[in-house]
Amino acid sequence: MAANEVDVFAHEEKRNLELGGHVGFDSLPDQLVSKSVTQGFCFNILCVGETGIGKSTLMNTLFNTTFENEEASHYQSEVQLRPQTYDLQESNVNLKLTVVHTVGFGDQINKGQSHKPILDYIDAQFERYLEEELKIRRSLFNCHDTRIHICLYFIAPTGHSLKSLDLVTMKKLDSKVNIIPVIAKADTVSKSELDKLKIKIMSELVSNGVQIYQFPTEDEAVAEINTSMNTHLPFAVVGSVEDVKVGNKMVKARLYPWGSVQVENENHCDFVKLREMLLRVNMEDLREQTHARHYELYRRCKLEEMGFKDTGPDSQSFSLQETYEAKRKEFLVDLQRKEEEMRQMFVSKVKETEAELKEKEKELHERFEQLKRMHQDEKKNLEEKRRDLEEEMNAFNRRKVAAETLMGQALQGCSQPFKKDKDKKN
Amino acid sequence: MGPYYIDLHKTAVQTQQKSLEGYVGFASLPNQVYRKSVKRGFEFTLMVVGESGLGKSTLINSLFLTDLYSLEYPGPSHRIKKTVQVEQSKVLIKEGGVQLLLTIVDTPGFGDAVDNSNCWQPIIDHIDSKFEDYLNSESRVNRRQMPDSRIHCCLYFIAPSGHGLKPLDIEFMKRLHEKVNVIPLIAKADTLTPEECQQFKKQIMREILEHKIKIYEFPETDDEEENKLVKKIKDKLPLAVVGSNTIIEVNSKRVRGRQYPWGVAEVENSDHCDFTILRDMLIRTHMQDLKDVTNNVHYENYRSRKLAAVTYNGPDNNRAAKGPLSTKSPLAQMEEERRDHVTKMKKMEMEMEQVFEMKVKEKVQKLKDSEAELQRRHEQMKKNLEAQHRELEDKRRVFEDERSNWEANQRLEQQKMEASRTLEKNKKKGKIF
Repeated sequence: MAANEVDVFAHEEKRNLELGGHVGFDSLPDQLVSKSVTQGFCFNILCVGETGIGKSTLMNTLFNTTFENEEASHYQSEVQLRPQTYDLQESNVNLKLTVVHTVGFGDQINKGQSHKPILDYIDAQFERYLEEELKIRRSLFNCHDTRIHICLYFIAPTGHSLKSLDLVTMKKLDSKVNIIPVIAKADTVSKSELDKLKIKIMSELVSNGVQIYQFPTEDEAVAEINTSMNTHLPFAVVGSVEDVKVGNKMVKARLYPWGSVQVENENHCDFVKLREMLLRVNMEDLREQTHARHYELYRRCKLEEMGFKDTGPDSQSFSLQETYEAKRKEFLVDLQRKEEEMRQMFVSKVKETEAELKEKEKELHERFEQLKRMHQDEKKNLEEKRRDLEEEMNAFNRRKVAAETLMGQALQGCSQPFKKDKDKKN
Repeated sequence: MGPYYIDLHKTAVQTQQKSLEGYVGFASLPNQVYRKSVKRGFEFTLMVVGESGLGKSTLINSLFLTDLYSLEYPGPSHRIKKTVQVEQSKVLIKEGGVQLLLTIVDTPGFGDAVDNSNCWQPIIDHIDSKFEDYLNSESRVNRRQMPDSRIHCCLYFIAPSGHGLKPLDIEFMKRLHEKVNVIPLIAKADTLTPEECQQFKKQIMREILEHKIKIYEFPETDDEEENKLVKKIKDKLPLAVVGSNTIIEVNSKRVRGRQYPWGVAEVENSDHCDFTILRDMLIRTHMQDLKDVTNNVHYENYRSRKLAAVTYNGPDNNRAAKGPLSTKSPLAQMEEERRDHVTKMKKMEMEMEQVFEMKVKEKVQKLKDSEAELQRRHEQMKKNLEAQHRELEDKRRVFEDERSNWEANQRLEQQKMEASRTLEKNKKKGKIF
């Protein structure tokens, strides 16, 4: 729905003109309405509350029908969300209603993460819409809007005030979704206790800064009823799908031995107020708030996260094209840089390894040079020894020869020994 | 999107029909919508195009029953322009509690020059700039007020020549029919007799069909009655209109009309012209539809073309040649590109790693080989030397053995000789005595 027409009348230079007759554009709202009716409406309710607190029963009572819901056990290991979509029709209005229940909420021993699945679900629906909105070819008017329009938070009627789980969860949800707290199974609380409980709950919400949905009071047509209803929050509700005979009428009630609690009796509980506010008076406002406030907040955060800005460093507004182009350039530069980095890394790795290997080569050469030198020394050594031996051998040979010559001489001398003596005597 | 719930996006949403056993109350939703829309107020931008003197300003005044164009604010025909200008005037009108901010866009100078080539360009530029403004404000991070100044409807005035469309008419409509809702009108229809008018209309529709011009189409509805009315209107296209600023008394009724010596042409008389049909259609029944078609069709076309141009503006221009426009957002496109790039980089990295490993292995192997070779040579040389050493050792030993043997021998011989010599000596000595 084009809910983007905001009151711009204050900003334009325009003339106010009187009409000289019936032109007929006062049918514009009707034209708009008939289009919306043909398109059909979407409404999505999230019910958050402990197992067995009466969420399904309340939905059935609110919509006068039986929605399928299996009873949940208390043994879920984590909180799960179960959405169901229904097509309802009343007179000429087609409503696509999605009811989401939290299954297993409040059952775990450690409830610290209980709120997370709920937040994730709400964000996922926003994300889905945002994705569609950012597509090049989109069909927003055809899209099935699954964003949660209202979160009914069920408060247990036992105890004197909110549980810490309630406070923590509601605080986390209040900036993401419209919250209406309800006191469930209000037939277990007496009137005076109920009043005290309501006051206590509201003051706790205020003191903790939890922003629950306020029924709008700007529109004169509904300002009065909305203001009065705002004072009755949280609504104390009772749900029942059983018909009980009271007087001569069949009404929805819960039958006790001491009487029957009638769902639609305003003295007994605030069910009628809830129905009035939720469905008959403020449904459209809930849808609008979800779109214009909660969704915009999500969108803004998401886009800022992605690095989008409205104005540049010199506060010049960017057009969409410039923004996308800038992003794309940035993106491409980033990719190129990554590629370069990788290449550089490789180049340096190669250089390193090359240097290492060169080192090793050098070492090897040095080693072998050393060995070569050792060899040379050894060889020299050997040569010397050889020469020594040669010399000795030569010396020996000479001795041998000398000895032999002497021997020869000696032998000769032996055969002429007298001559020698004779010579001597003479 | 975590695992905490059933993913609506991926599985088809299964809806069940439920019947209600009593009055719930959401049937008041239309009333809520009605109230809110009245509070917000409405906007509408209407463009009028045609040669000067065709009664455009008069028609606007007649349509809205007000003096939009008056002596203080003269209409475009009083302003003689050399080139086509685009001007807008805004008026705020109220009726029955409903506020309407009406913007009339004038195009003085259109078709008035001698050479009218491209006289439609300023108009196209204006329409595009309004789309651009809307696109930018829609795409801002902080979206506050989004004034809608897009042109919702273009009334094109055809001169009542009676013979068919002029080339300028055809050119203009062909260029604008995909940017804005074009409603062609036969101006100053009181110069045509009903038969001439019929002929003229048929001729025009034939030419429109022939040139494949898409003028604004009335939507089909489920309602039988409405469809009959729509069919009747369709048969009368293009509407032939007459406008008037003056009120004349006819049969003691005060009507808007044009006084001629031969009678009064009444503006709101459906036998005289199609003015009431135009007014009812434009204002009373289809104003919202004109806005919706502008938003859902013309604007979306502009937007998708604009964003596609941004996406395909990169170095991979070959993409633009491939297939139809993707439906993803430019961001999703970049995400995809990024993923592709990551895969590409991984592959490149792996390849480079492989080449590197191979080269390193090669080099290391070479080094190992040369090391082994050198080692082998060293071993060989060592063995060689050792062998030589041993050889030398052996030689020496042999030699030393020989020498010591010889020396021993020599000593023995010497001793023997000494002994024999001494004996000889003693013998000689002894004998002499």
